[in-house]
Amino acid sequence: MNISLRDPNVVMKLSRLGSFHQSKLSFLRSFLKEFKDWDYKRDLFELNEHGYGTAVYSFKKKNRVYSLICFANELDENERSDRVIATKWDAAFTLFDGIPKKQDIERLKNEVPKQEFGRLSYKELTLSRANKSVRVFNHVVECLSEGKQPDNDLITSVGYLYRTTAVYGSGKFGLADRFRIKDREEIYGPFRLEMMLVYLVRQFTFDQVNHIAKSKNPKKAVNLDINICKSLGIGNSTGLGMAPFIVNHPTLLNNWISAREISLKKIREIKTISEKDKNLFLECLKKSIKNITSWNTESEYQINKIKSLLKDLNQFIVYLDNDFNFEQDYAFNELYLHVEKEYCEECIEYVVSMMMEPYDDITSPLIKEMSSEEEKYFNIPTERTVEDLKLILEKKYPDILTIDFTQDENNLNFWFISKNKEEPRLANRFDEVGAELEQPLAIARDIKKLYELLSVTKNSWTIAKFLSTNNELRHVVRRAFIVEKFPYSEIQDNTIGQKIMPIDMLRLKLSFFGALKFDPRSDKWLRICMFQGAPLPEQLKNYDEHWVYN
Amino acid sequence: MRSLSEIDTVSKRSSKAAGYSWGIAEEIGKNIRLLEIFSLPGIKNLNSFFKKKKELSLENISIIKQDNEANKDEYCPIIAGVNFLDQIKTLETLNEITFKKVSYPLLFLPFVSRAAEVIGKRIFLKMDDREFLLNFNNNIYSNYTKNEIIESAENIYLKVLENRDSFEEKEWHELYKLSEETFVEENESLKQGGAGAGLTDND
Repeated sequence: MNISLRDPNVVMKLSRLGSFHQSKLSFLRSFLKEFKDWDYKRDLFELNEHGYGTAVYSFKKKNRVYSLICFANELDENERSDRVIATKWDAAFTLFDGIPKKQDIERLKNEVPKQEFGRLSYKELTLSRANKSVRVFNHVVECLSEGKQPDNDLITSVGYLYRTTAVYGSGKFGLADRFRIKDREEIYGPFRLEMMLVYLVRQFTFDQVNHIAKSKNPKKAVNLDINICKSLGIGNSTGLGMAPFIVNHPTLLNNWISAREISLKKIREIKTISEKDKNLFLECLKKSIKNITSWNTESEYQINKIKSLLKDLNQFIVYLDNDFNFEQDYAFNELYLHVEKEYCEECIEYVVSMMMEPYDDITSPLIKEMSSEEEKYFNIPTERTVEDLKLILEKKYPDILTIDFTQDENNLNFWFISKNKEEPRLANRFDEVGAELEQPLAIARDIKKLYELLSVTKNSWTIAKFLSTNNELRHVVRRAFIVEKFPYSEIQDNTIGQKIMPIDMLRLKLSFFGALKFDPRSDKWLRICMFQGAPLPEQLKNYDEHWVYN
Repeated sequence: MRSLSEIDTVSKRSSKAAGYSWGIAEEIGKNIRLLEIFSLPGIKNLNSFFKKKKELSLENISIIKQDNEANKDEYCPIIAGVNFLDQIKTLETLNEITFKKVSYPLLFLPFVSRAAEVIGKRIFLKMDDREFLLNFNNNIYSNYTKNEIIESAENIYLKVLENRDSFEEKEWHELYKLSEETFVEENESLKQGGAGAGLTDND
């Protein structure tokens, strides 16, 4: 049986992308799998009684070493802010390529805490900062110093001791450019080093809280229980910075979605489902429900999405238990067709993620294909004709070509970079100033403009001739030729319309990161938790790959 | 030290601010990154160009011919470069191309380097007395190593080089003969292990 890949015009709609969930393809899960047999070590831990100072953690295999350098600093209550405009944080981190010398640590001590205003070098790979959840952190210190474990309800409701507010990589602020490290096999999957940083930061937060409690009451203090540690992750506040990323990296986006779509296709093409695979699918699915029920958010938008997801999943489980026969041929295909017909987008994509759980042999090779060399596809094939380009637009952007951009509601917003923090923002073009400095992220509008222009141009003209007088649309000409080769490289929606939910773009990216719970704080930023439930570094050698559902 | 990613981003944004479209600004970002990789003063020249751009009377060339001479003061190196890159498949057949009066010619250079990659041929470029051999966009050989701003070039001469061996046939054979010394002479017994050994016909 040959199943077709799903139509990009369905999968790449924002509401669908904003319904994606973590899976075996997610970067934090593939990071743990890759680094499970590396040697983990705490190389330096020089904190004072209040937990301020420097610590170094490393992963080592043969001659390769990655070291996380942590700088924990005192912060006044009124200086603590998760907003991108903050200039001080409880702790700052960098992932160093190799073993840092004393001079490196001294140099970085002056630069890393400054974050965007510091200068890093090619020896540093990623950069981040984090703030304490003061309420949870102080509670844990208090309890541990008294020889008790903290309140489980409080721990569960928050889920972390620290939350990061940014993780930078790939050449930002002087960090190593990707070309320096891209040939290392252990980082073939995307965002591997960003994941490593967050994972090691998580361990630092446990060591720091234990250290402060011990300093406070050396005789009575106990360490935080290992199972409680496992149940804690690292929080993350994420704003619009992530949204343009997926527009600006079209082939990378394609490779992420494509890995998911190829996995689904191959699973649907399996003729006979083994008892073991069926059981693993059912076990993961049923156990995963507790992740949804423990998902706390005050966002009405998200609450409604969770409600319909839960309702559909409960119905789906009843259907599986009572009406579905796994012994029929192509059972997962039948199951997928049923889900697609009966349930909401959240549920469809949830089940797609679950279907991957038993099939390591299908997902593992695809993980290595999820990076991309955007530059390989940068040149425009200018020898092609206007007719070629017009046909590509008609085939690849069918719905976008029907949008009327003369209507204000379809042209309401513009994306810009804020001068204060060099961060992307979205604003109403009719109410705010600055629309003339719009970023090239209104792809749907510009594709439509290009199509209208091509329609009054001779079909036989080469793209070179067309561009010689129409270079204002060069950026979308490039994209159209990319989408011809990479069908999942383009969001098939209007990113400047009245109905845009930027949070959908963030959820897409964060689902690939491996975030479990999304907590939107507005339609433009949200909180998530990473590595909650993940094995600790000391447990990595024999960990359960389905830890997400335990 | 600035990373190449920072160089690309800042060059792109500043190019948009200097009045180019986003699509062209993207090209400039990649080009300045390329110049800096090849140790040529990309940032220095781009910065100087943008500072003086308003004072210069620049001509935008659309369709490039064999011999091109600016009517006004000088050609804009960016527009000339973009169109050279876009039109390289037709320009390739012209073999030799000249430009008279090009502003900030170093900014034109990376477009030609990328064009060499597109057609899979080396391009020789002479910018007044400075010579550059653009090797498929993999590297640039040059007699010019100064870290300086070049405000204009009176003459730019380009020659598309055919893909030919750089050595004599005799030299190749001599070297090949030496390489044969790594082979083992086969006796009858060893020949039995070769593909098709033992067959008596060619069916």
